[in-house]
Amino acid sequence: MSSREEILKTAENLRWELGERFHDLTVEALYAEASRIARKTVSMAETRPGFNFERTLDRLVTGKWTGFPIMFALLGIVFWITIEGANVPSSFLASVLIDSLHPLLKDTGTSLGFPWWLNGFLFDGMYLAVAWVVSVMLPPMAIFFPLFTIAEDFGYLPRVAFNLDALFRRAGAHGKQALTMAMGYGCNAAAIISTRIIDSPRERLIAILTNNFSLCNGRWPTQILMATIFIGALAPPLLSSAVSALAVVTVVVIGVAMTFIVSWGLSKTILKGQASFFSLELPPYRPPRIWQTIYTSVIDRTLIVLWRAVVWALPSGAVIWLVSNIHIGNVSIAEHAIASLDPIGLLIGLNGVILLAYIIAIPANEIVIPTILMLTALVTGMTDVGSGAGVMFELESEAATAEVLRAGGWTLLTGINLMLFSLLHNPCSTTLYTIYKETGSAKWTTLSALLPLCIAFVVCFLVTQLWRLLF
Amino acid sequence: MNPLNRDERLVRHGLDASSADVVVALAGNPNVGKSTVFNALTGLKQHTGNWPGKTVVRAEGSYSFNKRKYKVVDLPGTYSLLSASADEEVARDFILFGRPDVTVVVVDATRLERNMNLVLQVLEITEKVVVALNLMDEARRHSITVDERSLMKELGVPVVPLVARSGEGVLALLQRIEEVATGSFECRPRRVWTGSPKLRKAVDRVAEQLKQAYPTLPNERWVALRLLEGDQRIAEAVRTGELGRIASPEGATVMKKGKEDARVVA
Repeated sequence: MSSREEILKTAENLRWELGERFHDLTVEALYAEASRIARKTVSMAETRPGFNFERTLDRLVTGKWTGFPIMFALLGIVFWITIEGANVPSSFLASVLIDSLHPLLKDTGTSLGFPWWLNGFLFDGMYLAVAWVVSVMLPPMAIFFPLFTIAEDFGYLPRVAFNLDALFRRAGAHGKQALTMAMGYGCNAAAIISTRIIDSPRERLIAILTNNFSLCNGRWPTQILMATIFIGALAPPLLSSAVSALAVVTVVVIGVAMTFIVSWGLSKTILKGQASFFSLELPPYRPPRIWQTIYTSVIDRTLIVLWRAVVWALPSGAVIWLVSNIHIGNVSIAEHAIASLDPIGLLIGLNGVILLAYIIAIPANEIVIPTILMLTALVTGMTDVGSGAGVMFELESEAATAEVLRAGGWTLLTGINLMLFSLLHNPCSTTLYTIYKETGSAKWTTLSALLPLCIAFVVCFLVTQLWRLLF
Repeated sequence: MNPLNRDERLVRHGLDASSADVVVALAGNPNVGKSTVFNALTGLKQHTGNWPGKTVVRAEGSYSFNKRKYKVVDLPGTYSLLSASADEEVARDFILFGRPDVTVVVVDATRLERNMNLVLQVLEITEKVVVALNLMDEARRHSITVDERSLMKELGVPVVPLVARSGEGVLALLQRIEEVATGSFECRPRRVWTGSPKLRKAVDRVAEQLKQAYPTLPNERWVALRLLEGDQRIAEAVRTGELGRIASPEGATVMKKGKEDARVVA
């Protein structure tokens, strides 16, 4: 033991003898040597091309006036391709998994002599939940992730961080939070892991606590459906799809604004501190490897995220079926819950069905809409739509969906508030679990659930009160 | 597409890194394609992205080459080993305490000067180094040529030109790693820091004491220099005995086992 202390003592004494410039000198010697070796071994061709593609491109994508418009335009294009492209495969998957395979499974169950409850629990509950998640979630993810990865591979992502750095700094957060925020548009759970690139624990926590405001894949279907039914319908038919797309982009922008506001609030209160400086290297643009990118992003991101969603969908499908089929008195648990949640729901411009759906569907945002539809049909006593208690369904046309929702008492206000609630509410349980694993703290995990939830309630409440005042 | 797939000497094991004969660490500046090199070696599909800081934890994988099994550890990218951010510490601690048999420093051929700082620092810690001169395609596109022979002479360790994205040069890299691991290529790394006679004397004194306290320490002169510079992390490792504990048992046996196998095969 003493010999170790002796070593340190010797070093300490010698350090004084060597003088304080000693560290600088060794570093200088290192740099000089590095530069000498490089000069000796590297040669560049004399003639440089007159037009430098990279520099010109950088000037455009990080320019004061061009940077942000290009960013939003690219974001819009990525969203548009995802929304447009996902339609066909989504309805194909739905027709195979839900329209064809589901009745087949039920028939098989019946012919095997399953009692009705087992048949319902397994196929109406668990199987349908998984089928929904797969058909609603897989196509947009399989389109969004490769597009995102191609932009990443090309080298665009650091430029986004560069553009947003000043804003994040002003909010007291880390410039690299721009990168983790962008990841959040794919999946919040994946984005939470990516916050490891932020060195300072304070700024990393800010990034974790606000990541929820990046609208993840699982929430787009909700946004798109609400925008189409309630907002796009207000515009003339020719413009309605553009208007709905604009509404979704607006929600995204509100999310970005919330990220800055909440980051700022956190860095002024419980996570006080100065934004730390960092050097962000703008890497050279590289031609993206299209096929490899598609392969890795499908394997790494899409399938892993999908698998996790499926794992969570199984139990929640079971719960959905159970609460709508177990009766207390003459009324199912679901209806009891909806009745008691209704007053709170109506206060914030939503309703009991939506709140219950969010509670049941906490494992995955993807199954919120199917759950809402099923519960609405259940409470309104509609027998001509859907397939019975505890069976999630989605309707062929948006008009038919709108009809069910209007019968459930939905208005334009409900639609807007659902969009806001979906954007702002607590992260899904997968993300919360990831936050717990990354922070190792129950306190921060709780806060990251309650903070957005409170914000969601407050915002929806204010919008509702304002709405009722105006209209 | 990839010529390596047809080379029967290379077997990629992906994640299965058990009972490796040789431990290979991958170090390098951020965004020089370390993860791409890692994937090319192990056949894993670790996500790569064109932005610095992509690898936040150390990833491990393995491959077999000429019947010897190699475990590859992909370290986070760092510009130097001198400061103390979390990812730099992961990289430095592994090279220092994990005692890899071979450290591959991946460098960006288009930015050699800046990358050279890390190479020189790694050479201070360990001598078993292979420099992978990656992104040669980009260098060519920018009409930059690197004289890898004189670079090899300057550094005293093997230098392999590489385009990890397309697999060009990977076979040469595998061979160089093997040569350094088995000792058939003898590395004589350039060491720059022992400049003034006064400093050299000081380093010698501390190094001698270190060697007595930790006989298995392979790089006592570097540790001595860090102590003289007042590196708190290293001082702490000396004080708590961490330096000895992490340094000796496991790392040393892996290295020895690798060498014995080498003799059997040769």
